[in-house]
Amino acid sequence: MSRIGKIARRTFLIGSVAVAGGVAFGVYQVKKPAENPLSSTDGETVLNPFVIINADGVTLIAPKAEMGQGVHTTWAALLAEELDVAWSDITVLHGPPAKAYYNSALFGLGLPFLDYEVGDFRQGLRDQVGEIAKLVGLQLTAGSTSMKDGFVRMREAGATARETLKLAAAARLGLSSDDLTTENGMVIAPDGTRIPYADLAEDAAAIDPPRVALRDPSDWKYLGKDMPRVDMVGKVTGTAKFGIDTRLDGMRFATVRMSPNGGGMVRYDDSAARSMAGVEDVIDLGDGIAVVARNTWLAFRAAEAVEITWGPSPRPATNEALFDAITAAFDSSAPNATPRDEGDVDSVSEGTEITAEYRIPWLAHSTMEPMNATAWFSSGTMHIWTGNQSPTLTRDKVAEAIGLTPDQVQVETPLMGGAFGRRGETDFSVLAARVALALPDTPVNVTWSREEDMRHDYYRPAAVARFRGRVQDGQAVMLDGKIAGHSVVKATAAKIAGDETPGPDREHLSGGFDQPYGIPNFRYSGYLAPTDIPVGYWRSVGASMNGFFFDTFIDEMAHAAARDPLQFRLELIRREHEPSAKVLEKVAEMSGWTGQTPAGTGRGVAFCYSYGTPVAQVCEVVEEEGRIRIANLWIACDVGTALDPRNIEAQMTGGALFGLSAAMMGEITFTDGAADQYNFPDYDALRMHTAPKMSVAILENNRHIGGVGEPATPPAPAALGNAIFDLTGERLRETPFNKAVAFYGV
Amino acid sequence: MTTPLTINGTDYRIDLPDDVPLLWVLRDEIGLTGTKFGCGVAACGACTVHIDGEAVRSCQVALADVWGPVTTIEGLGTPDALSALQAAWVEHQVAQCGYCQSGQIMQAVDLLARTPSPTDADIDEAMEGNLCRCGTYPRIRAAIHTAAARMKEA
Ligand code: FES
Ligand code: FES
Repeated sequence: MSRIGKIARRTFLIGSVAVAGGVAFGVYQVKKPAENPLSSTDGETVLNPFVIINADGVTLIAPKAEMGQGVHTTWAALLAEELDVAWSDITVLHGPPAKAYYNSALFGLGLPFLDYEVGDFRQGLRDQVGEIAKLVGLQLTAGSTSMKDGFVRMREAGATARETLKLAAAARLGLSSDDLTTENGMVIAPDGTRIPYADLAEDAAAIDPPRVALRDPSDWKYLGKDMPRVDMVGKVTGTAKFGIDTRLDGMRFATVRMSPNGGGMVRYDDSAARSMAGVEDVIDLGDGIAVVARNTWLAFRAAEAVEITWGPSPRPATNEALFDAITAAFDSSAPNATPRDEGDVDSVSEGTEITAEYRIPWLAHSTMEPMNATAWFSSGTMHIWTGNQSPTLTRDKVAEAIGLTPDQVQVETPLMGGAFGRRGETDFSVLAARVALALPDTPVNVTWSREEDMRHDYYRPAAVARFRGRVQDGQAVMLDGKIAGHSVVKATAAKIAGDETPGPDREHLSGGFDQPYGIPNFRYSGYLAPTDIPVGYWRSVGASMNGFFFDTFIDEMAHAAARDPLQFRLELIRREHEPSAKVLEKVAEMSGWTGQTPAGTGRGVAFCYSYGTPVAQVCEVVEEEGRIRIANLWIACDVGTALDPRNIEAQMTGGALFGLSAAMMGEITFTDGAADQYNFPDYDALRMHTAPKMSVAILENNRHIGGVGEPATPPAPAALGNAIFDLTGERLRETPFNKAVAFYGV
Repeated sequence: MTTPLTINGTDYRIDLPDDVPLLWVLRDEIGLTGTKFGCGVAACGACTVHIDGEAVRSCQVALADVWGPVTTIEGLGTPDALSALQAAWVEHQVAQCGYCQSGQIMQAVDLLARTPSPTDADIDEAMEGNLCRCGTYPRIRAAIHTAAARMKEA
């Protein structure tokens, strides 16, 4: 243990480097600085992974893509808090893909202990595992890790920069740095002399940065307060540039039609398409075609006019056959993982046994901005503008696909119109590069139709769950959950590295095995069923499945035990994790939970701990003219430290609506290997008139900072299903619920 | 043959087939990319603009059928001179990814022009065609109420 403690104390390394006209500071989380991504070109400022101070002021190089969570704003505030500059004076830029931008927290989540048990000691160990992320060289904006990752590092960078600048000023003035203060981007001497940081930057570059203690949260000026988002004005005036808005001199517009069923392309006839107005080229991509045209719509129309014979699909012919393959995994194999096995579930015989089987479908991400990327192949370099969650992986995959070396690929990351995990994939970037390769020296914006987007996703996998439990004297004494489905982690590893990694997959079970429930006999096992349907990360990943399975079964156990479902959960959770118990108590208070509902109203509670954040929700449904309307949703969460409450509230409500949409009406089915859904009319989501009223409470009792983008999604489907049960007495064990009940306005 | 269009007060002559939807004229010909493509089938509202002051789905209006002057999000206000609704949107920090917001705002402008003090039911009815995958509906509603109140004071 002492060995780990020692390593943990040396976790943070602070480096500084002289740059043209100033100084750059970076905080690295491993023993050696990561490969520095600085690339100096004539007359340009050199970029540092984190913060540069020079005559231009303070520039933060943000290692995360912005995708709707307000990450840039909060990172700027984290830096400003220690550096003593107005946060609004910090210019935020996106870093180029570089190994130094590794996302340590994301990889740390894979360690074999329960997140809610992570104390300081284990947190230190987890940080160390971030080194793996560095080695892999991935740069991911996913898994709600952005804030966890930046929380300490950005403040360390700011504090170190401040103290180094003070040392530079002290040397110049012949004073001790203890006599100096900082304010508003300047060092201030006792006699009132003020020296701007920019004037000290070059001197500071020659000084070895000192170790500095971080300020106490009670002294924070920006953090913990609502902050205006730096991106807001651009997004309300149409001036913010998303990937699809990329416009370059001489640029052409294109679209693709790729094999929808995994069976490739046999032949195509483009004679009609080629004669259509505005069509400039039809490109054979082997497994599909691209049409290049004067504008995107002319390309769409001509692409539809290309007569394509797709190859036969290697996938099962019906959706039922796909589900049969999933359920077969229960019988045909030993569990791939059993990350929780407490007590002895097989020998418990007391009490009443209940069993249940649940089933959930494939889901599309259906980001508001359809997939697209713009590529330009010129002088042996592929330039690519692509809203993506992993620039390094994008660079490598593009290079691999078109036979270049990674340094011959330049990736720019414009804004993303939603990501939800979809833009962690590289397919849309690779396709654009393949089209651009066929059109040398011509920039080409390759935009997918909504139909192409919907039918060529990496879907949230379908899954089937089987639960067995026992209740006795109003208590849960045993729970045995088995989950079968395609492993997203393994499928992703196969996409990145070529083959599925062996070994147990815990992510497949997250939101289930890792729940803070003190059930004396508690086992949770995963069965893997690769299905040949492309799958990928979808907001909250494994927890999007287990949040529904596990919590719904808890509700069923509460009912079998004739207990109030909220009290039943509270007792079990309080045995394990007090902050989680408190979010349940909070949501009871917010909703005025009594366990009773008037006729025509139903209420359900749900809880899920994911991404380091426990979230409890109470959903209220009402029956109106034979249809169910979701009237209210109360959300209580515990994020450990609330850096930007208003942004957290937005993520909690948005995350919950994302889960509710899926539960009500989200379903992708497959016929002959191709998705049956094409566009929003058959894959819709909640809208203004169907979204419930919501309120959010943010608690700060948990010991470490938790994610906010994902954790509200997993409990929402369960909360809705439990509310419908309360209203109708009918237990819905399969989503989407609109197959069983009629919803208002859908 | 070219088609005359007036967009945000500027006159254009567009040399494109008659059936190209206004959305793509704006985005790909003129370079006004604030108006967004979401579905192409009138199911999301991301492409909402005004023709003659009325909110329409620009993905559904063919170039030859544009019956009046067009206003897009760029014509509504600028970063330095926000319109009342845009200012309310900033105040409530409505946008998440932001992709749907041009369409949401253009739809809301139309609502307030017809119904200066909308009820929640009015907002439901006017805005239900505008999808937001990030789920910003509560703040859209709040911003509309704020803008309505402010416009009445003015
Ligand atoms: S793009 Fe016009 S309504 Fe969706
Ligand atoms: S803000 Fe992202 S779709 Fe509306």
